[in-house]
Amino acid sequence: MLPGRMLLIVTTLTLGAIAVPAHAATIQIVMENLVMSPPEATARVGDTIEWINKDIFAHTATARNGDFDVTMPPKKTVTSVLKKAGMVEYYCRYHPNMKAVLIIAP
Amino acid sequence: MFVRLSAAIAALSLVASAVLAEGANPTDPQIAHIAYTAGVIDIAAAKQAISKAGSKDVKAFAEDMVRDHEAVNKQALDLVKKLKVTPEDNDTSKTLSKQASDKLAELAKLKGADYDKAYVANEVAYHKAVNGALETQLIPSASNAELKSLLQTGLKIFQGHQQHAEHVAAALK
Repeated sequence: MLPGRMLLIVTTLTLGAIAVPAHAATIQIVMENLVMSPPEATARVGDTIEWINKDIFAHTATARNGDFDVTMPPKKTVTSVLKKAGMVEYYCRYHPNMKAVLIIAP
Repeated sequence: MFVRLSAAIAALSLVASAVLAEGANPTDPQIAHIAYTAGVIDIAAAKQAISKAGSKDVKAFAEDMVRDHEAVNKQALDLVKKLKVTPEDNDTSKTLSKQASDKLAELAKLKGADYDKAYVANEVAYHKAVNGALETQLIPSASNAELKSLLQTGLKIFQGHQQHAEHVAAALK
């Protein structure tokens, strides 16, 4: 009885692991007091970025190479899914002194 | 280029002399008044630009200025209320307001691309001047920690605006 249950649990765990591929992660990038953190984040194509704006100001995350341009209203969180690999420098169009890097693996 | 540079230097030295004219370091109620006035000045300039500017980018920049400076000033008002501090008018605030109204009148006479260039050049110079005053006078003189922290946020916002204005100026050439 016990080994059977164990097997069931192990099987469920394994299936669960297969059903949720390791690369479908959610990564948080926070804008607070006009600083983007972390200054360098790593992710994979297909991952979701949660852009969390804790400031009373609107910000953007604008890729210098044009790959993405996300606008975050004050005190709001916006999500976007990464579509292209690359090492992307991004900044805020409204406050270009805010900048960070996102390294996206294929 | 020379005109823009000399305008920037003139603006810098005017603000520096306005702040230094106080002699002694400004008090927290005076600092709060100066910082709030600096925001009000930029909002007034931006509102003029929203109605006068020809370039879409310049108008968008002006709208960003109104949005950010209104947000900072709202926070400043909330803070002085919380701290039970009454902002105190002073010579620096008066000099800043006088210079700003002269500048508004001067800009009002310009039209089209001339106006756009002059407004953005003044925004670069003005933000640079305010940054200098924040860094060398206002932040070091502030004694309340929350006021100091708000001024530090203000400095980062103004530095961001200066860079933004520089980008807009470069695109207008």
